[in-house]
Formats: sequence, C-alpha cells, structure tokens
Amino acid sequence: MILDSLQQQNATALLSGDEAVALAAIDAGVKLGTGYPGTPSTEILETFETLGGRAQWAPNEKVALEVGIGVAFSGARALVTMKHVGLNVAADPLFTAAYTRLDGALIVVSADDPGMASSQNEQDNRRYALAAGVPMLEPSDSQEVYEFTLRAVEISERWQVPVLLRMTTRVCHSKTFVKRGTVTIPAPHTPHFEHDFPSRVMIPAYAKPAHRRLRKTLAEIAAWNDKAGLNELVKGSSSLGIITSGVAFQYVREAAPEASVLKLGMTYPLPVERMREFAASVDLCYVIEEGDPYLVEAARTAGIAVEGKQEMYRFGELNTARVRRILEDDSSPEAKPVPGKPPALCPGCPHRSVYTALKEIGCIVAGDIGCYSLGVLPPFEAMDSLVCMGAAIGVGLGMRHSLPPEEARRVVSVIGDSTFVHSGITGLVEMVYNPPESGHVVLILDNGTTAMTGMQEHPGTGRTLAHAHTGKVIFEDLVRSLGIRDVYVIDPTQDFEKFEKLIQSCLEKAELSVVIARRDCLLATRSIREYERCNEQQTD
Amino acid sequence: MNSRPTNVVIAGLGGQGVLKASDILADVAFSAGVDVKKSELHGMSQRGGSVSSDVRFGAHVFSPMVPDGEADFLVVIAPDQVAVNEAALSKGGILIEPSQINEASLPNKKSINVALLGILSRHLPFPVEAWLGAVQRNLPEKLHEANLQAFSIGRNQG
Repeated sequence: MILDSLQQQNATALLSGDEAVALAAIDAGVKLGTGYPGTPSTEILETFETLGGRAQWAPNEKVALEVGIGVAFSGARALVTMKHVGLNVAADPLFTAAYTRLDGALIVVSADDPGMASSQNEQDNRRYALAAGVPMLEPSDSQEVYEFTLRAVEISERWQVPVLLRMTTRVCHSKTFVKRGTVTIPAPHTPHFEHDFPSRVMIPAYAKPAHRRLRKTLAEIAAWNDKAGLNELVKGSSSLGIITSGVAFQYVREAAPEASVLKLGMTYPLPVERMREFAASVDLCYVIEEGDPYLVEAARTAGIAVEGKQEMYRFGELNTARVRRILEDDSSPEAKPVPGKPPALCPGCPHRSVYTALKEIGCIVAGDIGCYSLGVLPPFEAMDSLVCMGAAIGVGLGMRHSLPPEEARRVVSVIGDSTFVHSGITGLVEMVYNPPESGHVVLILDNGTTAMTGMQEHPGTGRTLAHAHTGKVIFEDLVRSLGIRDVYVIDPTQDFEKFEKLIQSCLEKAELSVVIARRDCLLATRSIREYERCNEQQTD
Repeated sequence: MNSRPTNVVIAGLGGQGVLKASDILADVAFSAGVDVKKSELHGMSQRGGSVSSDVRFGAHVFSPMVPDGEADFLVVIAPDQVAVNEAALSKGGILIEPSQINEASLPNKKSINVALLGILSRHLPFPVEAWLGAVQRNLPEKLHEANLQAFSIGRNQG
C-alpha cells in the first residue's frame, strides 16, 4: 500500500519513520535486512519485506550484525535493525567492525526509547557512536529518515565504515510526509570477494594499524561534517541560538520559533567548528537534547560556551512544553500525568495459568522480557526480577547458588520462547556446567510467537519473517542435547492442577529440570493456523 | 488555515481502534493537502492498557505530539479514559465521547471509533467524501459497510 501511493515520481505519502527506513532501503538497493524485533524498531524489517526487500529475523542482534558485516564484506548493502538495548548485545561485533574495511554498506539502526514507552532502560546510544568510533546520523522526521538512510549508505561506502542511524520512539512511530526520490546515491557494487587480510582479520598485528586508520577516517568525516555535512541552519534572532538534533528539533521550532537553530544531522563525529561558529553568532546559545547531556558535554569540552538543560529534563522524553521550560530555566515540579490503565495479560492468556501456579506455590521467580513481564503486576505479583533479555536463567542460577537451601529450592527461571532463542541458550549451558546444589527449574513459556512486539516469527516457530516454512529449532531436543534429562512439555491451560503439580515436583527434586509450557498466544492462534495452511498448500 | 495547527487527541484502551481512528483522520488531512503529523505509542500499550494518539494538521506542523492543554478536540473511546486525558484539552476545546452516540444504533459496536470520527468531522473543514474515502482506505473491505454507517450516524447525530 505504501509503495502504491509512492509509485509516481515526486509522490508523497504519510509514513512512519520505520516505514521510511524501509522505503529508503529499497531505493538504496539494500541486499539484506536483518535484526531482532524490538519496540520501536520492529516495523522496519516488516515493511522492508512487504516492499519486496529480503528481510529476516535473526536469533539476536549480535548475530544480525555479524550477518550484516558479512554482507558488507561481500560488497553488498546491509541494513541491521534493533532497539537501543539490542545494541548492547551487538556491541561486540560493532566495536571491531569499525576497525575493518567494508566494501559495501552497513547501516545499523538503533531505535532508542527515551521515556521507556516499552523498554527496561532509557540508555542514550549516542554514547555508542562515540565509544565505538562509528558515525551516527539522527533524523528528526520521516522525510529525514528517508534521506538520512540513503545518505548513511553513501557515507558508509565512501569511508568504508559502518554507520549508526539513531532513531527515537517519536521518530520511529510518528507519521509525517515523505517525498520519494529526493536523494540519489551511487548504484550498489556487484558483490564479490577479495582477500584483504589486514583490513578484515583483526589479530593484534592488523588491528593496531586498523585503529589508527579508523581515527584518521573519523577526522576526515568530522572535517566533512564541518564543511558540508547534513546540518541545517535556521536563521532567526541573534539573541537566542539553539543547537539541537533529532526530534528535539521539532519541539525547539515550536517552543521558540524566533530562535536561530543549528540542527545537527550527524551527531558523531560532531561538526565542532560549525557549532563554535554558531554559538559565537548569538548572544546566548542553548543545547536542547533528549536524554544524556551528550552534545552539551562535547561543546563544553571544545570550549564552546553553551547552556544546557537542568538534570530533571534528562529523565523521560522531551516535548514542546518541556523545551519551553528549559528555555525559561524553569525547574519547578512538573504536573504529574493522570495515571492511565496499565497493560495486563490478555483474558485467557496461557501465561495467566503459569503465574497463578508460581504464586500459589510461593516461588521466587527470576523473570525475563516479553508479555510475561506483566506477571509482576497485580493480580499475580509473581515475578521477582527483570534485567535484560535472557537474564532469567543466569540470575536464577546466581540466586540458587547463594540463598539458604529452603529459599534456593523455590527459585524458578521463567523465560519466553523468543527470548530463550535470543539469549537463554547460553544460560542453560551455564546451568549444565555449573549446576547449583539444589538443582534448578527453568520454565520456557512457549506461546509460539514473539508476542510483545507484535507476533513476529523466531527460529522456534519454524517460519521465516514472511511466515514461510524454514528450519525449526525444537526446544525439547535442544535442551536434551545439552544433557538435561528432566524435560517436560505441557500445556499449562489444559489441566491446571497437573501443571501445578509438575512444577511442585520439579522443585522438590535437586535436579536440573526444564519445563516447556507450550500453548499458542491467543492473539496469534488464528494467524499461525493461517500461515500453516498456506505453507501446506504450497508444499502440496 | 492559520499558522497554529489544529490539534486532535484520540484516546482509549488497547484494542478499541484508537490508532485506526487516528490513521483515518491523518489520511483525511493528508488528502486535503495540508501538513499533518501523527504520533502514537506502540508496545506495552497493546495489552489492554491506555492508548492515545495525536494528530496535528495545518500550514506547518513541528512536534508530532499535541502539547498538554492545546488539544482543540479530545476524542475518547473508553468512558473511563476521559479523566486520564482531560489535561490535553485546551480551554474551550471540544470533548467527544461515546455517550454522544446511541450505541444501539451502530451496526457493529466495534465501529464506535469511526462513529466518534463522524462527530469530529462536523467540526473540521474537510469534505465528507474525503472522510468516506479514508475510512475505506484504512479498513478491510468487509468492514466498510458497518463503518461507513457508523460514520454517518456520528456525523448526522445531535
């Protein structure tokens, strides 16, 4: 539908930022899009696939980025998408990919979630660009998303480095005008491989010069950013100037229409001289940025006199009203929003049975990330920890190792199917290798989909991103292959008492038990049936 | 259109069609050729919790979100979400809520979101054809009849 409305030249459509990335990826001839679902990034790959691109879900962000690196080593263009915390998982390949020489393009989308609409922290991934030495672009609306994605491909190939495209919730999920065809970039190379050991094999002998090469490249990019760059200057009053980036630019324009504004399109490496010149051209120069004081610190380090925001505005999203307050130096308490209705597990959700049982038994529950995180809220209040993807197993084991026996025996790790594939498998390996004295019980809640982010497939469903049949990881076989003998597969909704008894009996043994509570997500059941029907027809 | 955009906040609970209603409104404004931005939050809000979506249109729109106290129209699909979203409404802003629709008259109760858009449409400078077109573009064909009826019930009521 998006493409239909954009067929004609100069056509415009109302697109979300996520859709705009996908459209640009199509126009850039991206060979492969890969990533792991995570709000607010999920729709990028789904749209890319709908538009005819080759998109696939990886088991996690690290693998996705590694696949992307391979694509770029082959001379093709790769798009790798994830939410902000996904970049923590992918950080290992990112830092060293920066040292390598890419033949194609590698665009890594980091979808940050300031305000934590749907995340466990509000980390500011501009810090990653700085730490890894990877150029970062920050669009402020869907048109810029479209253009910056294409520019990112161009920059990546010109300097042979990965490029981070940092979006935020409001950029990803707001719909604004997009005009197609406003940027044209060189055509993609024909993929082929050339041996180049010093550029791609990061043993110390090659990595040492590679690091120097990276710093030299970054200096060149910084010089380009100063002279050409993707910055935008709004000429206004000479009494007030504002340096900003990303969606904060929109709030600034609305809150202070009279101000001069320097909007930075590339926030690493920074156009420091451009910032210095701008600050000198106005009587008072503010930096307005969402999240960490990243720009303000960089400006001050460079000796540029700027005003920043007060600490209270570091928390949560910015908006027009908050930008007005920052400019008025208003630090009085902000009006608290009336609390809305919190989300809850759907009526009839299979996770409900699981938490009812865990609560009745009195378990200590190391939890994880997914719909089942809602087990912490009333009426269940039956989840005791949530840290990051996959943490349930490690955290549960740590508690088993340290708690007094009567408490240790009540510890259960609860992890969803997609989360298990993402980063639970290594936790199980740890359990086999370093078993607690009291044993342990891991509960895999297999509802047949990545429910929380909107029903995406994963390697345990046996269907691709586009829902076609593919290889399937059978959890019970995988678990047994690790040497865990006490493995059960049970529908927690079919016979609740039987399920509760099973958990109880596992807790009483001092063994390593894995219980796979398998029942399709209620919201996904119909679609799953439909996908299976289509796939079977195709096989016939 | 004057320089200040028209601000509409649509609110309700997950599953009530808040986002669908805001898509339709944004589409109508888009086809009228004015600048339009729409903001929404996905994710946790899908699980039956509070959901709201902002639509702003006019000569030029900057922020995609409606600042508190600046909504010209607040359309609330769940009666218990009025209190949660009231702060969005400007002085003299118009509240549109389900009690203004005789639900029994709707061919399908689920179309209440579109019926409320019918009420909203009376206040906005867009031709009725634009609304009908947007309703059809944003919904699958089998839902067209019920929703077009719901729209006209809202538009012609009161």
